[in-house]
Amino acid sequence: MNLENIITEIEKVDPEVYERFDSRRNTMKQFANLSGKLALAAVPLAVSAMFSKAYGQTPADVNAVLNFALTLEYLEAEFYNNVVGSAGYLTAPAAAQTALAKIKDDENKHVVFLKSVLGAAAVAKPTFDFTGGKGSGTGPFAGYLASYAVELAMAQTFEDTGVRAYKGQAPNLQSNRTVLTAALNIHSVEARHAAHIRQMRRALDAAIPAAQKPLKPWITLNYSGITYSPAADAAIQLSYNGEENTTQAGVSIVNLGGSFNTAGAASEGFDEPLTMAQVLTIVNPFIV
Amino acid sequence: MNRKNFSPPPEKIREMSAIGSQRRNFLKYLGASAAVIAIGSSCKKNDSTSSDGTVNLGSGDVGILNYAYALEQLEAAFYTQVVATPYSGITALETEYLTDIRNHEVGHREFFKAAITAAAASSIIPGLEVNFSTIDFTSRASVLGTAKAFEDLGVTAYNGAGQLISTTGNGPTYLTLAGKIVSVEGRHAALIADLLSPGSFAATTDANGLDMARTPAQVLAIAGTYIKTKIDASHLPS
Repeated sequence: MNLENIITEIEKVDPEVYERFDSRRNTMKQFANLSGKLALAAVPLAVSAMFSKAYGQTPADVNAVLNFALTLEYLEAEFYNNVVGSAGYLTAPAAAQTALAKIKDDENKHVVFLKSVLGAAAVAKPTFDFTGGKGSGTGPFAGYLASYAVELAMAQTFEDTGVRAYKGQAPNLQSNRTVLTAALNIHSVEARHAAHIRQMRRALDAAIPAAQKPLKPWITLNYSGITYSPAADAAIQLSYNGEENTTQAGVSIVNLGGSFNTAGAASEGFDEPLTMAQVLTIVNPFIV
Repeated sequence: MNRKNFSPPPEKIREMSAIGSQRRNFLKYLGASAAVIAIGSSCKKNDSTSSDGTVNLGSGDVGILNYAYALEQLEAAFYTQVVATPYSGITALETEYLTDIRNHEVGHREFFKAAITAAAASSIIPGLEVNFSTIDFTSRASVLGTAKAFEDLGVTAYNGAGQLISTTGNGPTYLTLAGKIVSVEGRHAALIADLLSPGSFAATTDANGLDMARTPAQVLAIAGTYIKTKIDASHLPS
């Protein structure tokens, strides 16, 4: 029994087969692990389990979570599609432009990936209003494409929100190990993006409140590090509330291991989840 | 080698004393071969340590917590040393970031120690002995290269461990806790990558824009270079 041949055959009728599992490399790794671990006779059963994970009855709640994630990825992808090439973007240093293009590329890949996992169950892309005006086009972020600083502030908020959103949904994906792992593999990429955007904002130094400096790749307390307008700041703050938590599973992290673990450091060391409802409240102004 | 440059200020010596005897660290400072540093407050034996010194991570969710605790011990020991003996030419910004990361990793280590002790005191693994003999702590390239390896490894380790956590009892809570930590490791990984090569914060992603996941066996095979204590991960969930 040649597992790779089977997959190759399936690929002829279903080009997305690898994406359904995760990726080609991981699929082959899983096969390698399986054949190493199991007696040959047990392999077909294990393979069947892998297929039912990829193709079989995905519980409705897992699909709902994936569509929630897809909606966030649609938002991020379209945001960066708008930003890259915009007037604000064109004022940015070359390295910053390259970074934004890389992040745009990743977010668009996430959309393609999640759509391929969901197949026919994938929701359509909503219409977005990135001014945060729910379709009016006159929300607190109106004119964002003209300002590199505002673009970065929004990018930072979307990335940090994405990290918290995926984190909050992880327990709802436990029934499907393949999907859970894929979601975690996206989650950490959103964190990488957030860390870089934060460095870009630090280098720009525009619109970082003095009391919240220095802006770091990690989140200190519930600081957004952003001040723009009262309405925009209020909208953005929703993405940072709760990050000031310093108690994990009943353990206070402050001063743990040394006095250097101040409340700020203790809050930085752990990112906090957001519920689906909290995330929807944050993104609703951007969805028409 | 100009030894004057290696004379640590008193504050640094106090910090070093936290991870071992001052004498041992001082020898290391001077480039002596004290490459193996004991970390953790004790080497006491408990249920998790066999007579030959092999540490058994155990099974179930506690096994996964011990696995994470082992990796956080490694990272915390590494950054504690980095902060105590900064590489030559370190910038103020690099010092700030690496000190922050030290703080976070020590917090993670001590969190797992407290949480595992509360959940299953007899099953917690002891402090591990690390082996940093392959790292040149005076060299920026060596330190940041190792930091990048550790952070990327940590991300893939947590990503791979998520699916091994139970779906019942405290499992979902542990999964969320792991999630709270892994995104911070991802932030560290991005920053360190950017220090080494600006703009490489997410260069590790695959064709789908995803990070990787690794099994405990894959992770420990890589981490083993830096851990002297033998670790038995064979009872972890799979």
